[in-house]
Amino acid sequence: MLAESLALSAVLFTIGVVGVLVRRNAIIIFMCVELMLNAVNLTFVAFSRYYGAEGQVFVVFVMTVAAAEAAVGLAIIISIFRHQQSINLQNINLLKG
Amino acid sequence: MEQHYPLFYTFNFYFFGVVSIASALAFVTRKSPVAAALWLVNTMFSLAALFVMLDAQFIGVMQVLVYAGAIMVVFLFVVMLLNLGHPSEIADTRGKWPAFAAVVIGIAMLSMIMTISRGRIAGELQVPSGFAAQQLGKYGAIGTVARPLFNEYLLAFELTSVLLLVAIAGAVVLGRRREADAR
Repeated sequence: MLAESLALSAVLFTIGVVGVLVRRNAIIIFMCVELMLNAVNLTFVAFSRYYGAEGQVFVVFVMTVAAAEAAVGLAIIISIFRHQQSINLQNINLLKG
Repeated sequence: MEQHYPLFYTFNFYFFGVVSIASALAFVTRKSPVAAALWLVNTMFSLAALFVMLDAQFIGVMQVLVYAGAIMVVFLFVVMLLNLGHPSEIADTRGKWPAFAAVVIGIAMLSMIMTISRGRIAGELQVPSGFAAQQLGKYGAIGTVARPLFNEYLLAFELTSVLLLVAIAGAVVLGRRREADAR
């Protein structure tokens, strides 16, 4: 089941990347990043069957980082919304030359 | 290395794989953030089922509790807080060219990852076949993860708690309403 898991993980990761590139809603882009992290977790778990349980330990770490990232990122989104009244990334262009 | 799997196992594996891909596609294409979040929860549940089938029961439970339970609830909470539940009236997707570029990049990445995953695993790195099931029988589902976590990776584990503390402080500082804004 290793090859199938890797293929599934590749497909899910690609869907996440395409979502990040195509969507303009900041929250949905964030959720696409979560989907990409999930795809990588699947790779770790699939390999942990053949290389020992360390892969599962890394999945625990990835989940912790994802939780921290979601907390900080959503706080940033809230404070952007306070200034712009919108979370459409098209309107956030202060750094555009 | 490839052992024989019962038909029931194979069927369930493919079933949950197809469900997760279909939900991920539905998630990316939904206009409403709430619908998208619920489809993503569906993807995470089927991934949890796959984790359990891949001998990682503890990770499957964590997936349901932490990802589908906690993180997605935070997302939905922010959607509710900012009153963003309605699909936006302006187009939510970027123009034609970024979408085209995204499809090209997606196909390129997919072919690249498929090529890499066809590569052979170095034999000396592999644990013997059935090692995961044996560990599971010896230490239990939680012990399999907990033993390396609290032996080799103890320092990283402790640093993770610092990371969480920093994240909490950062979220509070960023989300706080400043005195100047309150007026």
